[in-house]
Amino acid sequence: MYRYDEFDRTFVTQRVEQFREQVARRVSGELSEDEFKPLRLTNGLYLQLHAYMLRVAIPYGTLSSRQLRRLAFIARRYDRGYGHFTTRQNIQFNWPTLGEVPDILEELAEVEMHAIQTSGNCIRNTTADATAGVAADEIADSRIYCELIRQWSTLHPEFSFLPRKFKVAVTGSGRDRAVTAAHDIGLRLKRDADGRVGFEVLVGGGQGRTPILAVTIREFLPERHLLSYLEAVLRVYNQLGRRDNIYKARIKILVRETGTAEFARLVEEEWAHIRDGELALPEQEIARIRAYFAPPPYEALADACPELDAQRAGNRAFDAWVRSNVEAHKRPGYAVATVSLKPHGGIPGDASADQMEAVADLADAFGFSEIRVTYKQNLLLPDLRQRDLFAVWRGLKEAGLATANSHRLSDIIACPGLDYCNLANARSIPIAQMISTRFADLEREQEIGNVTVNISGCINACAHHHVANIGILGVDKKGKEFYQVTLGGAADETAAIGDIVGPAFDEDAIVGAVETVVDVYLAERRDAAEPFIDTYRRIGIKPFKEKLYAAR
Amino acid sequence: MRGSFVMPNTAITANRLLDGFVIYLTPDGGWSESLADAAIAATEAELDALQAVAERDARAGRVIGPYAFDVQPGADGPVPLGQRETLRTLGPSVRTDLGYQAARR
Ligand code: SF4
Repeated sequence: MYRYDEFDRTFVTQRVEQFREQVARRVSGELSEDEFKPLRLTNGLYLQLHAYMLRVAIPYGTLSSRQLRRLAFIARRYDRGYGHFTTRQNIQFNWPTLGEVPDILEELAEVEMHAIQTSGNCIRNTTADATAGVAADEIADSRIYCELIRQWSTLHPEFSFLPRKFKVAVTGSGRDRAVTAAHDIGLRLKRDADGRVGFEVLVGGGQGRTPILAVTIREFLPERHLLSYLEAVLRVYNQLGRRDNIYKARIKILVRETGTAEFARLVEEEWAHIRDGELALPEQEIARIRAYFAPPPYEALADACPELDAQRAGNRAFDAWVRSNVEAHKRPGYAVATVSLKPHGGIPGDASADQMEAVADLADAFGFSEIRVTYKQNLLLPDLRQRDLFAVWRGLKEAGLATANSHRLSDIIACPGLDYCNLANARSIPIAQMISTRFADLEREQEIGNVTVNISGCINACAHHHVANIGILGVDKKGKEFYQVTLGGAADETAAIGDIVGPAFDEDAIVGAVETVVDVYLAERRDAAEPFIDTYRRIGIKPFKEKLYAAR
Repeated sequence: MRGSFVMPNTAITANRLLDGFVIYLTPDGGWSESLADAAIAATEAELDALQAVAERDARAGRVIGPYAFDVQPGADGPVPLGQRETLRTLGPSVRTDLGYQAARR
């Protein structure tokens, strides 16, 4: 796994001390809130509805058991015993006090973590697909490139004050597991005809009040040109992006207004000046970073695992969990398991300190001490022997983490919403809880199959509701919470923005509306093998609309 | 005419510097964690006076981001209008063991 180099260590430690001084000056009254706010935000500290909130970066979603234990320790010692994992592979602590934040940052620095690049108009923490390094179908480990991007972008002097925040995501193959189409820059690893590794480059994706899918501006970018090409994209954006209107400042607006072809031309023009300069990546440099992500010492195993087969046959609950939460690994005899942070009726993405420690223990015992944070607000154990799955499942079950619902309807992405967030219009978590309770029957969930349900508490769309199969957006109507439903969005390689189905539903009607949508799907699907999104694409919005508003 | 036309009752809220907790401006110019203690303005003039005090405390760095919001009278004192301010008086509705509601349970 990647470790800090000396530069990072010195820098992060200095940053903590600097922030400690800034906090002291704020508390003594020397700094006003206006002066202090940008300083705290650069260190990941927000002010929410009830308290401060500290957002901690988890670069490319990779954690060691030691780091996860430290997060658990922070949750217990400095917070209220839990943390909230987000779609951007961060963790948020909801109750830190101002005076203790420097101590928390110091605790984090000791395990090579920090809260830099989690806020502000800079290049944010780059996200990767959670199965990087282990996915059976990947071209290369996307974390290598995330790390190259991290080193290039951290405190890049030219790009610390962009028109708006800037998010990059990298996925390891043509199968998009990092929602690249919803990012300012999305990179999809691929090979060219000669077998060389490179990227399809997408730009201009984004959510918020103007959801736009990213467009491809380069079909193939050889890996050695990654940084110079990104630099060219950022330069064009930095020069031409709008700074006069916050709603038009993201690169998505620039790309749309400029046109894909013209934007691509501008980038190529800029790139021509710098492509063979100092940002060109020599093979040795890529190899150096690749070495940080060297695979753990796998055993040579057979892919068949009779023990597992017997355990599955003997335990229906375990079998259901394997079916929904376990994925193929690229090494024979190994498997990837999702640790669900979505118990039915629970708060999506929340994990208690005890649960974090339980996962860390299981990672130590069975999984090379490695844990991932997924885009779907779950954790993942990437390197398990198939024959250990039963023991892992039992451990997870004891910790309340073995819900067999990965990719199912109750695997809901929900932002903090009005229960915590200062910008919210409506609550999202209780809606997620009601829906997951309504669909708590595992057999019914299994029958419904894979479907994505995302709930955002305002149009900022932190839960990516626009790209959910069933999207729910909280709106405020004269102080009352209402929920608008979109259908047909998708966050994978067939990315799509959902269509608004009609007038919003109130809190009492929204769960019934989701159920109606599911009923229409079940009635209309060709067979059990046709997932929700395919049925929707085949029959369109009309049958759903008719059923949803029939009684009105 | 200022200070005489009918406006909804309002109180002033902010977040406390040290822990970010929700606080309300009281009639004696202090701040309380409980809306029951809040100063209520019924006229523009009263609101202006409260806002002046709140702004002074914000400038002095004691509180963050003060603003006025509408309340209506209730059995145990003023009640906020709207979900956002209601939740601010209580804490997260999904964690009733946390926030002010926990102490008041
Ligand atoms: S979508 Fe809105 S309510 Fe939800 S976390 Fe983002 S800003 Fe807050």
